This record gives sequence, structure tokens and C-alpha cells, in this order.
Amino acid sequence: MNELNKILILFAHPALEKSIVNKSLFSALQGLEKITTHDLYEVYPDFFIDVTFEQELLKEHDIIVFQHPLYWYSSPALLKKWQDLVLEHGFAYGEGATALHGKKLLSAITTGGIREAYQKNGVNRYTIRQILTPFDQSAHFCGMEYLPPFVVHGARLEDNCGNTDRLAREYQTLILALRDNRLNYQEIRQYEYLNQCLDLLNP
Amino acid sequence: MHDQGFFFQAFIYLLAAVLSVPLAKRLGLGSVLGYLVAGVVIGPFVLGLVGEEQSDVLHFAEFGVVMMLFLIGLELQPSLLWKMRGSILGLGGLQVLITTLIIAGVSRFFGLSWMMAAALGMILALSSTAIVLQTLNEKGLMPTHAGQSSFSVLLFQDIAVIPMLALLPLMASPELLASVGGKGNSGSEHAGLTATLAGWQQALLVLAVVAVIVVAGRFLLRPVFRFIAETRLHEVFTAASLLIVVGIALLMQLVGLSPALGTFLAGVVLAESEYRHELETDLDPFKGLLLGLFFISVGASIDFLLLLSQPWLILGLVFGLVIIKFAVLFFLAIVFKLELSQNFLFSFALAQGGEFAFVLFSFAVQNHVLPADTAQLCIVVVALSMITTPLLMMLNESLIQPLFANRNIKSREADQIDEKENPVIIAGFGRFGQIVVRLLKANNIRATVLDHDPGNIEMLRRFGWKVFYGDAGRIDLLRNAGAEQAKLLIVAIDDKEHAVEMIKLVRKHFPHLRILARAVDRPHAYELLKLGIDEVYRETFSSSLEMGVGALRILGFRAHQAHRMAQVFRRHDEGSLKKLAPLWGNEKAYLQGVHQYLSDLEGLLNEDSQELHLDVDPAWSSNIPREDDHGT
Repeated sequence: MNELNKILILFAHPALEKSIVNKSLFSALQGLEKITTHDLYEVYPDFFIDVTFEQELLKEHDIIVFQHPLYWYSSPALLKKWQDLVLEHGFAYGEGATALHGKKLLSAITTGGIREAYQKNGVNRYTIRQILTPFDQSAHFCGMEYLPPFVVHGARLEDNCGNTDRLAREYQTLILALRDNRLNYQEIRQYEYLNQCLDLLNP
Repeated sequence: MHDQGFFFQAFIYLLAAVLSVPLAKRLGLGSVLGYLVAGVVIGPFVLGLVGEEQSDVLHFAEFGVVMMLFLIGLELQPSLLWKMRGSILGLGGLQVLITTLIIAGVSRFFGLSWMMAAALGMILALSSTAIVLQTLNEKGLMPTHAGQSSFSVLLFQDIAVIPMLALLPLMASPELLASVGGKGNSGSEHAGLTATLAGWQQALLVLAVVAVIVVAGRFLLRPVFRFIAETRLHEVFTAASLLIVVGIALLMQLVGLSPALGTFLAGVVLAESEYRHELETDLDPFKGLLLGLFFISVGASIDFLLLLSQPWLILGLVFGLVIIKFAVLFFLAIVFKLELSQNFLFSFALAQGGEFAFVLFSFAVQNHVLPADTAQLCIVVVALSMITTPLLMMLNESLIQPLFANRNIKSREADQIDEKENPVIIAGFGRFGQIVVRLLKANNIRATVLDHDPGNIEMLRRFGWKVFYGDAGRIDLLRNAGAEQAKLLIVAIDDKEHAVEMIKLVRKHFPHLRILARAVDRPHAYELLKLGIDEVYRETFSSSLEMGVGALRILGFRAHQAHRMAQVFRRHDEGSLKKLAPLWGNEKAYLQGVHQYLSDLEGLLNEDSQELHLDVDPAWSSNIPREDDHGT
């Protein structure tokens, strides 16, 4: 139980130079022990993904994080392509393919819309959990547990852009808690967002 | 001992410089003081190695000042000069005027006639361009506020010499004239042709000469330089550079203007030309040596017998001169709102007599304005005041500046617009380099471009590109082009050996520069990789691959598939290039490596042709078992 989890942050942002929230979230995880940050758009500007290398990375880590802005209710294109190529038959699923079994998958996303927009009677009509169903099911299909997502709503709002330090600190706290096994999975499964655990961590 | 010919003289001067300057620099005294002290040591009053030919040498060495002003002009775009007009006229004008008045007043108080006092005031108001600029440059203080202000004042003083030369003959004292029996102003080389002309004719002539320099600089010199550059004979270019400076100096002397001012003007005219960096680089050593010679001569010319005969009077005068000049400068700097730390630097820098004083004093004696013994005395005072400058600057640096340690002295540096601040230097602006620069330019990144093909430069300039003539393999030229501040050097020349040589040199002299190199072919790429350059770009590789993609598409491949195959090929080939590079040069190992590479490639291509997708992106292949394939 006390052994640290190795965490792989798969970060997908096609225009990081224009990002405010995601940039600070991502930089809050740099240089931390047992945490590998992998900036996909920086490593694969031509979308030519090194599948073997990516699969090796996955094998080495216990918790995989998809960190990205929510684009059209999904991930930016490169992360989708990454899924298409890396989570291949014979590695991620299929007979005898157990490489990912028992690992955990976390979505860490930012959205332009506020939380109220992601409701049955909001403009987006579906909740974040419903929208993330493809990721949830992909994880399940590969034998991984899908954790409640870390979500920053209204990422372009003044309230958040001016508070990137706080957001980054919260994100870092949660990721470190996951790394250090300080979260009770039984408990967090009940949450809609991982953000809610913050109260537990900072009573 | 002085008549052992040219070589002996040259040997003494060079030896003095080589011994004293490094020593002075090591002791933190600056090169100027080193030269001056060397001059004193070899001069007639200590070792006596050089003697009466001293004044000739001094005269010759003044040419170093002329050259220095040409080089300063080269650095100064006309627009920048125009921006400085306020401080040149205001600060410079007031400095000369007020200092003249005060010194004249003091001299009158000590019993000199009004005419003599005024002449003395004028001559002593000048500061030493050579000492000030050399010292400021050496300490890297030229771009500061104080440096710029000092330069403005010096520039005005150089201009002021012209009317002074015109005025002095009119100020002759009747009693001095009487005593020599009206010998007339014989040796007035400085008055030149203009001496016989009326005032308005002189003014017209001056304007005409200035116009000639500007027009010729703009329209004549560029084609001439181009013609010379096309010979690819470096020494001829150097000769032409010297020819221009000497020619202008001669022309200016002919019409009675200050040669320094004329060459400065020519420098400004050429500041925007493509030959600027090359001119700077070629002339710089000459300037340095001549200035050194000049300082040595000043040191050697100090008349210690005179000094020893009236030590207290002379030291008192030196002290008084420096104090008066300092006070006037300090006052003006306050009026012109220089920050206090800059004010001290400015005032200490300019508080000495100038080299023009030597000329003007002898001119004044010839024209019976001043008695010879007064002039002799003043020349010693001026020379000694020059020695005080490096000392005062050291005092300023170690005692006064620390008081302002937290103030931002370099605040002005940011608005110096100059190519030297470009983050990128690109060598070679042919069909390869142009595309690189265009991409950078489209992203608002400025590059300093060097090319050595005059025809190419001419053409590109017509299209509005700013390209400098020069061989980027020369370290001094690269330094002038700003290699010390730049981040990247892009080597895009087409000469293989030359590129390798250049990179070796650059890595030695500018280890901080990231180098991106164009490789003409595969062996060249190996060579570059072996030098440790990791950014090596084969010039035809990418376009050949694209052509291959085009061919595959015409043969019926899906566009994306052809594109992916090219990506696979690129990775494989670039990987093998890096693996094979260390083996290059060892024939046996290399051939073995190549065989391995070829069989790998063959295997890859065979797999490609049979099961293209399976090898690259199995997930997209169609022969995956379908039954559990819900996920994709």
C-alpha cells in the first residue's frame, strides 16, 4: 500500500502557447518524483506516433492521465489518434492482452462552458460524465479502472485565468495523493468529479 | 639611438605596446593608460628610445582617431544620428561655450590678454575623442546614457574645430606679430585651400564637400565595393577600405575641414550598406594599432624637463583644468537630466584636454595667437590631463558607482535598434538560406544575414532584404555581426569544406551558439554530425521524400498511406544517419554498417509492399479478429 504509484501524464494541447489554465496545470507537474509528463503535441508535431515507445511507457506506469482541453466533447485530434494506434489489439485488448489490466485512467480536462452548461437542461444537454463515456468505456475495455475526472469548468473565465496558481495547486495535490495512495478508491468512486476529494485532503 | 631606421622604431613601439598593455589590463588599468605609460617609458625622458621624430609619429598616429570616427559612423544609422541632434547641439554646444568662457575668464584673471585667454579657452574646451571613446568602448559603456551623451559632446567638439581653425588666425596678438616681424601664417596646413577664400565661399565649399561625400557614399561606393568584392581578393577589399578613409581625410584636409568629421560622415552614409560589417572588420585592427601608437606618442611627448622645472604650476594647472571641465559637465548633465550615476561617468570621462589641442596649440603659435612657451606649457598640461582620465574612470568605477549599485545603469540599452541584437545569424543566403529566413521573418524573428556573393547580395537588396557582405568564416566578422549576443547560427552555405571549417571555428570562439547546419550530401552530413552538430539538415532530403510521396500517389496509393510511408522512411533514414556517422572514416566498419542499413531498409520496404499497414499501424489493419473488436 505504501509503494508509490507511477503516473504518466499524456498531455494533448495543440496550442499550448495560447493556453492559460492547461499550461499552468501541466507545469505544476514537472519534475515530480514518479510522475512522467509527456507533451504529445511537442513530441509528435507531425502526428507520427512511435507506437512501440508509447506502449512501453504505458507498461511502466500505474496511473494514466489524459490531460487536455475538451474539444467538441472529446479530446484534441492527436490524443484520439494516440488511442487509435497505441491501444491496439493484442496489446490493450484481445486475447491474452493484459498489458493495461489493473491500471487506472484519469481524465483531467478543461472546458470553456461552466458547470451548469453541462446538465440535462443546459446548452450541452449532457453531463461531463456522460460526455466522457467513450473514455470510461475504453478504459473498461482495456481492463483499467476509470476514475472520476478532474475538471476545470469555464477555463477562459477571469475567475480561473486569474487563479491559475490555485488551480495548479489543487491539481498537483490530487495527482500527488494518487501517487502516494492517499485516496480511498471505495470513497472516490462515488464522486462525480475528482475535485471533490480536495475537501478530504485539506480538512 | 633614434636613427636606426624604421624597423627599430617599429620594434620599440610594438614591444612597448605588447609589454605594457596586457600588463595594464591585467592590473585593471585599461589599455589607454597602458599605452600612455609605455610612451612615457620609451620617451626621451626615461629610456630615450624614441626622440625628436616623436611629433611626426604623433601626427601620423592621429590618423587612428580619424579611423575610429569612420568606424563609429558605420555603427550609427543616419536616423539614430538625427535622433541625437538635440544632445549634440544642446549638450555639446553648451559644453564648448561655457567651458571656453570659464577658462578664458580664469586665464584673463591670471593676466593673459583677452585674445590669448579666449584662444586658450576654446582649445582647452575640447576633450579627447580617442581616450574617451576607447575607454568607454573597452568598458562596454558606449550604449549607456552617459556613453551616448559623451559621444554627442565629442561629435560637437569635432565640428567646433572647424570654426576654431578659422577664428584663430584672426586672433593674432599684435605684440607677438611684432616680435617675429610678421612672418605670416606659413605652416597652416589646416587652413588648406579655404584660407584664400571669403567666408561665404568657404561655407559653400564645405557644403559641397559634404554633399560629395554623401552622394558618393550612397551611389558610388556600393558599386565600387561590389566590383572589388567580386575579385574575391580579401586584401584588395582591405586596401579599398583604407583608401576610402585616407582619401576622405585628404579631401577634408584640402578644404580645411576636420578629417575625423569627414570620415565620420562617410561612415554614417555607409552604415546601411551591405559592406558595413566587412569594413568594420577590415579597419578595426588598423584603428586599434594607430590609436595605440597615438597614445604612446602622447605619453612620449610629455616634456618632463618642463614639468620638473615648474612642477607645482603644471600640476596645479592640470588639476584646475580637470576641475573646471568636470564642473561644467556635471552642471550640464544635471540640466539635461542625466541620472546621477550616469552624470559621474559622463563628467569624469570628458574631463581632459583633447588631441586637437596639440594641433591647435601649434597652429595658434604659428599664427601668433599664443606665445610658444605658453603653448608648450599647455601641451604638457593637456597630455597630463589625458593620463588622469583612465585614473578618474577607475576612481569612478570603484568608489562612486558602487553607491548607485542598485540603479539600473543599462536602462537605455533596450532602445538601441541594431542588427546586433538579432537572435539569429545566417551564413549563406542562397536558395537554401532564403527559405529559412523567410519562415523566421514571417514569425517576426529577425536574422542578420551574411553572404559572400556580391551579385547575390545586390539582387537580394533590390528585393528589400538586408544582407551583409562578408565571409562568415571569419570570427571577427561574426563578432561584428553580433555572434556574442545571438542564440543561433544557421550555416546555409553551399561550400562543404568551408562549412566544416566555419563550424569548427565558431564552436571554439562562440560555444554558446546553437548551430544548425545545411549538409550538401550524406558524407557531408556525417562530417557535421561527427563535429557534434545535432541539427543537420540534408539539403535535398525533404523535397526528395515529398517527390517520392507524389510518385506513390500517382501510382495509386492513398494519400495518407503514401505520406505515412514517407514518415517511416524518414525516421529510418535519419536514425541510420546518426548511427552510421561515427563509423564514417573507418571504411571497413562503415561498409558493414551500410550493409546492415540496406538490409534493414530492404526488409522494411518488403514488409511495406506486402503488409503496409500491419507493420506501421496494425490497429488500422483490416485482418484483426473481429469478434472482440467492439472497441475500435
